[in-house]
Amino acid sequence: MQERLISRAKELLADGTVSRVLGWKAGDLPYDPQPAYFEKEEDLREFVYDGFCGANLSKYMIAASRIEGRTLVFLKPCDTYSFVQLLKEHRIDRDKAYLIGVGCRGKLDIEKIKAQGIKGIVGIRGAEHGSESEDLTVATLYGEKTCRYTDCMLERCHVCKGKEHRIYDELIGESKETCDRGRFAEVAAIEAMQPEERFAFFQKELSKCIRCNACRNVCPACSCRTCVFDSTKFDSAQKANADPFEEKMFHIIRAFHVAGRCTDCGECSRVCSQGIPLHLFNRKFIKDINELYGEYQAGADLEEKGPLTSYTLEDAEPGIVAERG
Amino acid sequence: MQRIGVFVCHCGSNIAATVDVSKVAEMALKEPGVVHAEDYQYMCSEAGQAKIQEAIHEKKLTGIVVCSCSPRMHETTFRTAAKRAGLNPYMVEIANIREHCSWIHKDQEEATKKAVILMRAAVAKVNLNTPLFPGESRVTKRALVIGGGIAGIQTALDIADAGYEVDIVEKTPSIGGRMSQLDKTFPTLDCSACILTPKMVEAAAHEKITIYTYSEVEKVTGFVGDFTVDIRKKARSVDMDKCTGCGVCQEKCPSRKTPSEFNRGLNNRTAIYTPFAQAIPNVPVIDRESCIKFRTGKCGVCAKVCQAGAIDYDQKDEIITRKYGAIVVATGFDMIKLDDYDEYAYSQSKDVITSLELERIMNAAGPTKGHLERLSDGKAPKEIVFIQCVGSRCADGRGKSYCSKICCMYTAKHAMLIRDKYPDVNVTVFYIDVRTPGKNFDEFYRRAVEEYGVNYIKGQVGKVFPQPDGKLLVQGVDLLDQKQILKEADMVVLAAAIEPDSDVRKIATMLTASIDTNHFLTEAHAKLRPVESPTAGIFLSGVCQGPKDIPETVSQAGAAAVKAIGLLAKEKLMTNPCTAQSDELLCNGCSQCAQVCPYGAISYEDREINDHGIREVRRIAVVNNALCQGCGACTVTCPSGAMDLQGFSNRQILAEVDAICR
Amino acid sequence: MSIGAKEEFRPKIVAFCCNWCSYAGADLAGSSRLSYPADVKIIRVPCSCRVNPMFILRAFEKGADGVIICGCHPGDCHYTTGNYYARRRMTLLFSMLDFLGVESGRTRVEWVSAAEGVKFSATMEEFTEKIRSLGKNVRLEDLRCRND
Repeated sequence: MQERLISRAKELLADGTVSRVLGWKAGDLPYDPQPAYFEKEEDLREFVYDGFCGANLSKYMIAASRIEGRTLVFLKPCDTYSFVQLLKEHRIDRDKAYLIGVGCRGKLDIEKIKAQGIKGIVGIRGAEHGSESEDLTVATLYGEKTCRYTDCMLERCHVCKGKEHRIYDELIGESKETCDRGRFAEVAAIEAMQPEERFAFFQKELSKCIRCNACRNVCPACSCRTCVFDSTKFDSAQKANADPFEEKMFHIIRAFHVAGRCTDCGECSRVCSQGIPLHLFNRKFIKDINELYGEYQAGADLEEKGPLTSYTLEDAEPGIVAERG
Repeated sequence: MQRIGVFVCHCGSNIAATVDVSKVAEMALKEPGVVHAEDYQYMCSEAGQAKIQEAIHEKKLTGIVVCSCSPRMHETTFRTAAKRAGLNPYMVEIANIREHCSWIHKDQEEATKKAVILMRAAVAKVNLNTPLFPGESRVTKRALVIGGGIAGIQTALDIADAGYEVDIVEKTPSIGGRMSQLDKTFPTLDCSACILTPKMVEAAAHEKITIYTYSEVEKVTGFVGDFTVDIRKKARSVDMDKCTGCGVCQEKCPSRKTPSEFNRGLNNRTAIYTPFAQAIPNVPVIDRESCIKFRTGKCGVCAKVCQAGAIDYDQKDEIITRKYGAIVVATGFDMIKLDDYDEYAYSQSKDVITSLELERIMNAAGPTKGHLERLSDGKAPKEIVFIQCVGSRCADGRGKSYCSKICCMYTAKHAMLIRDKYPDVNVTVFYIDVRTPGKNFDEFYRRAVEEYGVNYIKGQVGKVFPQPDGKLLVQGVDLLDQKQILKEADMVVLAAAIEPDSDVRKIATMLTASIDTNHFLTEAHAKLRPVESPTAGIFLSGVCQGPKDIPETVSQAGAAAVKAIGLLAKEKLMTNPCTAQSDELLCNGCSQCAQVCPYGAISYEDREINDHGIREVRRIAVVNNALCQGCGACTVTCPSGAMDLQGFSNRQILAEVDAICR
Repeated sequence: MSIGAKEEFRPKIVAFCCNWCSYAGADLAGSSRLSYPADVKIIRVPCSCRVNPMFILRAFEKGADGVIICGCHPGDCHYTTGNYYARRRMTLLFSMLDFLGVESGRTRVEWVSAAEGVKFSATMEEFTEKIRSLGKNVRLEDLRCRND
């Protein structure tokens, strides 16, 4: 699979279809490939595509749309929702992208591997895309360990939106159905708690935030040229920890700003160094939107108006929040 | 830093009895930027205003806070006073310490405390105020009326009589609209043509009115006072200047098989035709789809018989581009299609007809020369059943949820006319409710029942069964007697719902005027601005805004004309400066703001931006200040905060919040 | 601290009122001398759709105990559609605050027409009572502990 992607990328570079390739390259560790541009054929030696390539490359197309020439970008099925949403918001130029939809069998979360007590990781087998193995073989300083692939998947893959690419120029590789949980079960479980419990839960989670802005920087929907939290427009440009209230405001407002636009790609939670389940904020909005205004999936198409830029005469009153308790 | 003056009004004892006004003034001096504070008995009086003006001069004030009654009362007064003293009027803010404080609180300490906080909030806001300047835009003194029915004609006549140029654009070959298809009009039973034709002639003869028939609006750009419109004048194939209207071409035309639109397809017309005898202009058009010459290249009879040499087979569509200050939409209505109501056998029997078809049958110029007869066999009917609310007040989604408003009255009219002319014909009306609000309307309906013996049955018809002998079996219920009714009829007349003309959606999009779920154009305010669209400079006349009868249409047409005249009479338009502004450095160009703008005031352009030395072309939201009304919907939709509202900016409101919560 | 020694709690309440209906409704309450607690302070905005969630959170940040947004009744918006957008935005925001365990009673939307002075006054009375019963707004304040 990885080889197929590389050879196709080489062809497209060689025949001038694209000027560069946007993909993933091996990181310092066996489980942290990074998004990267490849300008020349020989650079592609470093190209990887395996279970750790969770990074959604759609957002990089905003910048890539502004440079000369076409960019070949590899997108997993879920990434294409973000791409469509960005197209809808005129943030990326379709003509500047050559889209290869890549197959996906669920992406891995290194924290879940480590959580199984596996330390000193030096290599992982079974993470490559074509692998038939249902297990990962982890080589460590203390010998070889195995764990099940599905047990190590990112949370978002357990609630996968499906293996269809919403947009592409060509497809390479098969995808696998990985959804084995209800997408809103987690949100519903919190909703079912007492307010005090909910409060305690979020207090604990949000207290971990160091305001590193990783969630914001990775989020395809959070792609403002200048974030309100960095501008003087709301007198809100404050540095981390200047005011603890800022952090709550930050996460609530961030979720609100992407409400109706967030495709639920899960990147925010994937990159959070503190392990805060940030996707819960977005998914809560999505659940509410679905329940109150009808099913809506951001990035599913280019036409439908977003739920916050439309209305019906019969919409629920805000009082419904208090009523449903 | 601003130099702010705070003026605390006693309002006699209205404020001073509850609020310690001198304390408020004293506290004001402690607020940042405040260099002057005083209290006075009546700030709104001449003397009070003089004090403000004096202080502006003496203390070189850059901002004013007046602690007084509601800004809805005297904001304009104080702004004007500031302006007279050379201060920008938008540097004035009001702290409402009367309606929102002294009048509702009894305890002096508490009221004073609150008054101080309200003053602080206003001071905090003024600290961030910037001078604002109303924009100016010019007004083209010409109006466009889209639609040449009675609504459009009336509006055009009223505007033209006020001395302004008006163009009427009508898509069919003649003006006149639906009203020209009617035989008689309720509740006076005068002949429709007799009252409409003089209006049509008047419009055609009016030196200020230009009529473009067989024409359509193709493109609209610009905004209130300054619209640019492309009108497509479809090729008539007849030279309007040469044609004398003799009609010989129509007599001789060998293509005679096209259903007549004017007669609702009940008979045929020729390929070269005027829709009806009194058409204006009295110049025929060639329907190129039916014309043998256009289809096969052979024929050319009309050109041969035309003495005036007016036939021009090579005529092309023409685009006329004109500027207008105001646009009135008068696109009218049509009957709904009855495909979904086959239980009434409309498609199965020629003797099941719509009310508008009955109008044509009853009309002396109609397909039956005014004789009431069955279209299937030409026999005189003895039993006629009218079915009301076909597709109106419909809950099941097949039809329209609204009441079409005119059907009860025209059915009473039809019933009465039939009973008058053909006393041996029995007339039965099935109805849900009879709705007759309007001058002399109920009296009219009662005459139908009491004097003309029309049989009204409260109940709905379930089905109409065409019988082998040509009769129609009508199966219905009588709700009052709680019984099933089976009635044999010779003719069934359906009061089909009316709906906005099919082109209204296209036109509304071009005008950025909003339409409701039923495709009626939305008014700016349901009660207070019923003839204006929320889009400035667009006015609504007639049924395009909602179902109406003729008198209502004519009065609304006049009202729309008055509103248009009010606009055209202005030399320049002063625009409200409290409008949205997009910061080009922050704008993402994501298009969300335009989606919530009720006025179509936001557009996007690719503009070269210099962002701290980086030059690039970006898609940027641009607000048209002549259209923006300053609601602020866009500001909240904008995630980056690029969109802000002048006079109610994010920072101003936050400053108020901070001052109150301090 | 004993309960008896506790000073009477006077909440801080911010009311955003649209210029066309609710602000006028508040004026009518005033001219009809219909009293409501002085704890309520009104901020005039052109339309309920001008109220940014940032304003509401900022009010809480600065110590407000309750925030109420008043606008024209649905269908009566001066700008025809503003309150429809406000309705969706506020519903979602309030739901989020509730999700975080912040008492949902601290925020409210009420449609008040220019003729409803009585309703304005009664609403403010009722809302203030509710906030008094909820006490000081500490939840949102404590949602994130200081990490010192």
